[in-house]
Amino acid sequence: MNAANTYEAIVIGTSAGGLIALASILKGIPHNYPLPIIVVQHRAKDPKDLLEEVLQSKCVIPIRQANEKESIQKGTVYIAPPDYHLLIENDRTFSLSSDELIQYSRPSIDVLFESAAAVYRNKLVGIILTGANHDGASGLALIKKLGGFTIVQDPLEATFPIMPEAAIQSTQTTHIWNLSAIQHFILHIHSDQ
Amino acid sequence: MNDVDGKELKSLLESIRFAYGYDFTDYSEASVKRRVALYMSNKKIKSFSDFSNTILKEEKAFEEFVQELSVTVTEMFRDPLFYKSLREHVMKRLATYPFIKIWVAGCATGEEVYSIAILLKEANLLDRSVIYATDINQHSLMIAKEGLFSIERMKEYTSNYQKSGGKESFSDYYISKYNSVLFDKSLRKNMVFSSHNLAGDKSFNEFQLILCRNVLIYFNQHLQNRVINLFHESLCPFGILALGNKESLLFSEKRICFDDIDKKEKIFIKTK
Repeated sequence: MNAANTYEAIVIGTSAGGLIALASILKGIPHNYPLPIIVVQHRAKDPKDLLEEVLQSKCVIPIRQANEKESIQKGTVYIAPPDYHLLIENDRTFSLSSDELIQYSRPSIDVLFESAAAVYRNKLVGIILTGANHDGASGLALIKKLGGFTIVQDPLEATFPIMPEAAIQSTQTTHIWNLSAIQHFILHIHSDQ
Repeated sequence: MNDVDGKELKSLLESIRFAYGYDFTDYSEASVKRRVALYMSNKKIKSFSDFSNTILKEEKAFEEFVQELSVTVTEMFRDPLFYKSLREHVMKRLATYPFIKIWVAGCATGEEVYSIAILLKEANLLDRSVIYATDINQHSLMIAKEGLFSIERMKEYTSNYQKSGGKESFSDYYISKYNSVLFDKSLRKNMVFSSHNLAGDKSFNEFQLILCRNVLIYFNQHLQNRVINLFHESLCPFGILALGNKESLLFSEKRICFDDIDKKEKIFIKTK
């Protein structure tokens, strides 16, 4: 990777089968990681789900639910809360929204990816992992269009290949990697921080 | 999806404020951008400058855009544990007043207003209550006023109602009509619906309870602060303020004027 390819944030979207895939990518990421990692994992609106706690038990990097108007810090994994869309503001803070469901989902991957692409432009890495619907496909296409780096989990490896396949189709060419290659890329990424 | 330029958007929002008196300049930029992109794609408008010109020249297009900008999607008894907490901690406080005034700010299509009316009825308080329900979106207000909701969602609402501690038969509150249900007149008789713009309009009464759930998230910190000030001014001493699950008084200079009634469910009481 050349010096011009420096990144400011990573966004990850996943649905069915996502917890195991996320854990296997995030478990080796150090707590002083130079970028923020922002995740939409489709989830029920049940307030008792323990997604953040379960992931944290497997990882050293801090894992937190994203808060309204919170400023985005490097070295942190932020997870979109249940029943809200997560968006990113120009001043690098989060906004939540109660807009309609997208692809039957709130939080929606497309909503996060589109707002992140508009803010981080070519300094964004977008990753789609396992899932059983098409959410994220148009968001990943926008990340690519605005110069960001896009990665899709190899559908052959994914527990549910529909979401990776839809993302590959919408972005045409993209990097199709297995989880260990994705983790390797994240670990060795250059940042401008 | 279109990529809307932040500077162009700011300049359009300034022009809208000048031309129509609606101030969206302190709305969350990410949300407004998303709404603009959706509006342009629905209307097949190709460029931002075409969009800008249409909005500024045609009042009807502007009105449609306001509808688009302020549509939010909610449900009856959304977050049942919030309503449970209202039943347990707030109803008994309201019962101490001879006459109860409630403001549902940003009521959208009214699901929350009817939920509150049901709580009041079950606490035997509805007859001495008036619920003022306001929104910036005229179209949403019309729907709210009618009290007609889609029958498809009643299963979900019934389950929410039960989780909130409701003991009655939920279907007794409405009658089915084709694909809709109409909520009972007795719930609606003490509701007042009217247009109010949190970004510009002033306080219009004094309330014992203000609900404003999932509205502040659409505003930047500056406007959130302004609106909390407006609520503080509109609450009686020891009046109660209820926000959405992910909202807080964190950015407000009035934070010290409120104590928690239920920290998790974001229910506050005005103490000074």
